[in-house]
Amino acid sequence: MSDLATAAPGQTLGSAVAHVAAEAATVPRTRVRREPAPYSSPYLAGVGVGIVLLLAFVLMGRGLGASGAFSSVVAAAVETAAPTHAAGNAFYTQYLGNGGASPLEDWLVFEIIGVVIGGLASGLLTGRVRWTTEHGPAITSRRRLANAFVGGTVMGIGAKLARGCTSGLGLTGGATLSVGSWLFIIAAFAGAYAAAPLLRKAWR
Amino acid sequence: MMAPFYELGRFGDSTGLVIAVLLGIAFGWFLEQGGMGNARKLSGQFYLTDLSVLKLMFSAILTAMLGLFWLSWAGLLDLSRVYVPETFVAPQLVGGLVFGVGFVVGGLCPGTSCVAAATGRRDGFALIAGMLAGVFVFGEAFPVIGGFANSTARGAWTLPQALGLSHGTVVGIIVAAALGAFAGAEWLERRAERPARSTRVGV
Repeated sequence: MSDLATAAPGQTLGSAVAHVAAEAATVPRTRVRREPAPYSSPYLAGVGVGIVLLLAFVLMGRGLGASGAFSSVVAAAVETAAPTHAAGNAFYTQYLGNGGASPLEDWLVFEIIGVVIGGLASGLLTGRVRWTTEHGPAITSRRRLANAFVGGTVMGIGAKLARGCTSGLGLTGGATLSVGSWLFIIAAFAGAYAAAPLLRKAWR
Repeated sequence: MMAPFYELGRFGDSTGLVIAVLLGIAFGWFLEQGGMGNARKLSGQFYLTDLSVLKLMFSAILTAMLGLFWLSWAGLLDLSRVYVPETFVAPQLVGGLVFGVGFVVGGLCPGTSCVAAATGRRDGFALIAGMLAGVFVFGEAFPVIGGFANSTARGAWTLPQALGLSHGTVVGIIVAAALGAFAGAEWLERRAERPARSTRVGV
């Protein structure tokens, strides 16, 4: 009888038992699905990226990048599929070198392999690795994947026209005070803010 | 001891590739720590609700820029041996605009898409596939648009040269501008948080 007294007011014994049972059933699930840790301060993460970038300058005399690695992969694929076609195109040949080493034996390709390892390690240690699709509440996962593909295609064209992206021009060129890099940064933000109102439904 | 070490022949290409992987690991680590592998978080930049992209990017630029300035001032680094991305005025302005539009549609940039994919985000994989397609389209179109892409070349042109100011003055201006941008970002985030609580009027 004294056990009943501990039940919350308005709660029947039956519902209290059901609640306890439901909680017990969720125990193994919560053990597997760890709560993701909150992201760290963007200022601190930025200083970390800045130190890595400075180390690249000091050790290698060059900065970080990303889109160049995509170019090497595409150039290598085109060369494998159609060697004469690749050899006759000045865009591909700048990534192919003069025979010998594979075009994938490239500094940025190795750096991007590192980025994947580092991102995965950080995600695993903070419980943030999830097989999921990040999308706004008003669109479906499928729509989001289509948008990501189209956005990636547009960005690939823009990055190659500008000879770099947010890493190679934004970070590396920003820190080395390259005029073209700062023009790119300003133009990229201008393009993004001009397009943002049209894509509000995809994100908000 | 004088840097950059690779440029001055202190080690070879294979050591350089090992360094590439190690620096990449640290780069990916800090991008993930800052939330850059999450497209929903990144998109907050364009709707002025979460300005982490701006804060992270400019903190990184300030750190590396000041490091280069001080190491060169102390005579520990030969700045003339550090690669400066070359300027092509017109294609970089047009390419930047196109890139910015793609950034809002895709929600991730080329580097952060690799972090997104590494942490299981399907949209990261879709963006990587799109990037590869875009680079292929550009490559196939190169015989036609190559002329424009190579136009208005200015070589390794820096802001101190263009503005006729000393290296230190330009560094000072950028530090001041970035600190102002950080203050503005904090103000925008506070403003975005307030009405969201009281008035919940749809999209």
